[in-house]
Amino acid sequence: MMASTAQSRIKSISYAKYGYMFIAPFFIVYAFFQIWPLINTFILSFYGNGDAASEFVGLENYQTLLFGGDNRRSRALNDTFIQSFINTVILWVGNFIPQIFLSLLLAVWFTDSKLHIPGKGFFKVVMYLPNIITAVSVAALFMRFISNSQTSAVNIILAQMGNEPIKFENDPTWSRGIVMFIQTWMWFGNTMIMMMSGILGINPSLFEAANIDGASSGQTLRKITLPLLKPMVVYTLITSMIGGLQMFDIPFLYHTAAGDIKDHLRTVAVFIYEQFRAGNNVHNPQYGVAGAASIMLFIVTAILGIFVFRMNRDQDEVRKKKERKELVKEYKRQQKLAKNGGLD
Amino acid sequence: MEHVGVKDNYMLIQRIKSIGCFIVCLLLAAICLVPLWVMICNATWDRFHLSTTPINFIPGGDFAENFYNISKGEMAQFPDFNVFTGYRNSLIIAGCSTILTVFFSAMTAYGLTVYNFKIRDGAYTLILAVMMIPVQVTSTGFVQFMVGTLGLANSYIPLILPAIAAPAVVFYMRQYMKSSFPLDIVEAARIDGCGEFRTFISIAIPMCKPAIAVQAIFAFVANWNNYYTQNMIILSDTDRYTMPIMIQNVLGQDKHPDAGAQYAAVALSIIPIVVIYLCLSKFIVGGVALGGVKE
Repeated sequence: MMASTAQSRIKSISYAKYGYMFIAPFFIVYAFFQIWPLINTFILSFYGNGDAASEFVGLENYQTLLFGGDNRRSRALNDTFIQSFINTVILWVGNFIPQIFLSLLLAVWFTDSKLHIPGKGFFKVVMYLPNIITAVSVAALFMRFISNSQTSAVNIILAQMGNEPIKFENDPTWSRGIVMFIQTWMWFGNTMIMMMSGILGINPSLFEAANIDGASSGQTLRKITLPLLKPMVVYTLITSMIGGLQMFDIPFLYHTAAGDIKDHLRTVAVFIYEQFRAGNNVHNPQYGVAGAASIMLFIVTAILGIFVFRMNRDQDEVRKKKERKELVKEYKRQQKLAKNGGLD
Repeated sequence: MEHVGVKDNYMLIQRIKSIGCFIVCLLLAAICLVPLWVMICNATWDRFHLSTTPINFIPGGDFAENFYNISKGEMAQFPDFNVFTGYRNSLIIAGCSTILTVFFSAMTAYGLTVYNFKIRDGAYTLILAVMMIPVQVTSTGFVQFMVGTLGLANSYIPLILPAIAAPAVVFYMRQYMKSSFPLDIVEAARIDGCGEFRTFISIAIPMCKPAIAVQAIFAFVANWNNYYTQNMIILSDTDRYTMPIMIQNVLGQDKHPDAGAQYAAVALSIIPIVVIYLCLSKFIVGGVALGGVKE
């Protein structure tokens, strides 16, 4: 009796205020460190650069970046920005294709009950290892192996064989290839584990049925694994695209002379960074140009982000909404029927 | 008899396939490990040896000399390099950020799961929507606001405090609580006269330990490795340089590069995180697919 009165009393108390209290710190901090900087970026994109930072210039920064202008500086900025966008796409495609290929292949192998690969756990641990290492150290390590420097391992070996040293960073094909390799090296283990969890989520009785019906491995892969894995692949594709748009560490750091960014490795994120944190720009930050480039990057990211957002939203919530919509539709139909005097 | 033959044949094909797959896996594992092993071996050979034998698979005995040459001697790569300062600073930033991230994310997720209030669904939708906004997009406004307006250059505040708001971690924690935190417990605690905040601290947090542990590991690694934001805020104070910034400066020395010293510096930056990884690899590999946060 006591318990039930206490229970009913507790039920009647509103705990809503605690809900607000629990989520308040998150939103206060988020507003201060993320939302305001985003709005600030937007505002800055309409103002001047360097010494003229307080001058309102409207859409001039956007115009400069997208279409260039009359003077040499604007044209150079325009060229650099467009090139940085192209570079981002090239570098992303070049690391995503080998990465998804390798990780799908390995994930299918590791989850195939008919194959007996010893040491699966060891392989998973080793293949994920490059992903947790600091990108700076990874870039530094590969620069010791292969870079412009005459003391890099590959150049020493070339010299011993009587060849001229190669300036790997200066050559677009070499340097892009190396950056793509490093990116694939760092990320394929991560993608593989994501794919494996996707495959393990597929109902095992489907594989069993296919096996009993005499499907070959290739048929199982094409008719069951890949179609059912499609949402996972699409999810990985889009998150990787968003990640690719932000690609910064490796392209920025794969340069012997720090800050001397090569034109064929400059990604959009590197371009933005350079505007306020490289060379002379540290003391004379080009916030206007950086802001405009950031906002354009934001728009592209947001379009891609909408897809991820839709996929993350709880499935039941989507269903609930659909049901609600159906109800409303039904109600409207009834109303219409009533209005028309029972005639459809 | 014929059936047995077919079966034998089938087994043989599977055996051959397995061996083929195993060889490919071995090759890929070698690609992952060999660069790191060569780095460790090279870190123990001096620059004269490395200038004739740039790739070593056997460790030498010159690590102490290389270590000395990173910051001292006539060919010092980066005079301000101090491995202990680097570790300490990275540890302060990564440690504090991790604690803030997991505590406040758990708190936010708890608020969103346990209580029913007007803006709850809206707040959750907002968290999902902002999850994908990259730092690169807000960095211009962030730097101008932190360094320009607030004068927080070289301060750790802009590097640690934002960790309180980690949308992806909140998303993950909420998923976890929804599936494995029964709300009846909260009710039972209330009947026993337990305050709301205490319920969270002494019941919810211990029950979500697995999720918190996984997220803590990932948050720590992400913050330890974060070069982008750190290099944006820490401009000039070399006492506050973190490990990634120190490594970048050591490698930025292109006039008189000392290969041995550079390998030694890189090895020093990589080894702690690799050791932590190998100890916790079970949790990390198991948590990747759950966390699903890509950089």
